[in-house]
Amino acid sequence: MSVCTLRINDHDLAVPLGTTLLQAARQAGIHIPTLCFLEGLSAVAACRLCLVELEGSDRLMAACVTAAAEGMRVHTDTPRLREIRRTVIELLFTEGNHVCAVCVANGHCELQNLAVEVGMDHSRLPYRFPQRGVDLSHAQYGLDHNRCILCTRCVRVCDEVEGAHVWDVGWRGEHCQIISGLGEPWGDVNACTHCGKCVEVCPTGALFHKTDTSEEKQGHPERLQALMHARNHQQWSP
Amino acid sequence: MSQAIPRKPRLATVWLAGCSGCHMSFLDLDEWLLELADRAEIVYSPVGSDIKTYPKDVDIALVEGGVANTDNLELLYQVRANTRTLVSFGDCAITANIPGMRNLLRGSDPVLRRAYLELADGSGQLPHAPGIVPELLERVLPVHELVPVEVYLPGCPPSAERIRAALEPLLRGELPHLSGADQIRFG
Repeated sequence: MSVCTLRINDHDLAVPLGTTLLQAARQAGIHIPTLCFLEGLSAVAACRLCLVELEGSDRLMAACVTAAAEGMRVHTDTPRLREIRRTVIELLFTEGNHVCAVCVANGHCELQNLAVEVGMDHSRLPYRFPQRGVDLSHAQYGLDHNRCILCTRCVRVCDEVEGAHVWDVGWRGEHCQIISGLGEPWGDVNACTHCGKCVEVCPTGALFHKTDTSEEKQGHPERLQALMHARNHQQWSP
Repeated sequence: MSQAIPRKPRLATVWLAGCSGCHMSFLDLDEWLLELADRAEIVYSPVGSDIKTYPKDVDIALVEGGVANTDNLELLYQVRANTRTLVSFGDCAITANIPGMRNLLRGSDPVLRRAYLELADGSGQLPHAPGIVPELLERVLPVHELVPVEVYLPGCPPSAERIRAALEPLLRGELPHLSGADQIRFG
């Protein structure tokens, strides 16, 4: 196994070639905030929260998709990165309609928790209050586009793990949204197996069980991780 | 030579477009309110004073609620002009929150029509009483999108402990530095 050595903050590390900077940091106990990334799914670097600085380069790199390389010197927590991360969270809050007080995910929301982590006590950007819809056509689940941050975890879990590919990303710019089927109501999409994986990995209250009311939705990414572990290692009993 | 006795900070609380839950949480300070009454002069407050017009020379103002109508806007401008430290008090003041959900209907007219005509049982009419019923603004806005704000105190409502964590330094003439889930989490 080929190994490369690198330094992340004050830690000198040796990791197998092909390891991402995010994996290397986490193995060393160095925290890098993430939102679209989820262990068990492919990495897409959509949210930009895991950006890190590399010495000798002005270009910031997303830790979730950047491979560690020999001699790299990486910084994960600089004033510039802290400012970018707070701005990213402010952009997400102001772009949609996130009303924590009446949200199913209040108290269990990754976006809400990240706002605390980046120190967002208010948004310096103006709120857009976009007009967005809610799809309640599925028998068991609902999709509230107001709370969607387009992380695409649902798209990836349905395609890569369930193999149903119900979800996709439709339209562009401010009209960009998650679509089911070919832009049909979720309940009309026959490909859906009703497995609920998309609901379990959604980091906000965008995908939810219809029986959940305020503060009742709990995400369950650990179930995805247990499933992927079982598949990858052929270990089906705990 | 006698030393001048330091003046007690002059404290106001203001209620704009919110449910008054932040003020209820303020009252949850319970016995600490007695200490607060001793350490500060309560010069304006829907729950602590009977004064109807916003006074001058206020040191600290907790402002609850978004800015939804012409009365809210006028009062907010008075608060800003006469207050040293303006605290945006709770999620409605900071994000527009629940009152801001009407912004999805795009403007005051669709909101009034929806509430007073479409959902009325036959005898609906649009409210119109100039000078008595304040006109709705086109959009509900957070306080800091209209006037500068010194301190943000999120929460729906902020807990009594969180309010006290902000007030303690303010009463000493310092700005609070709130952080962590206990002090700045929305919702």
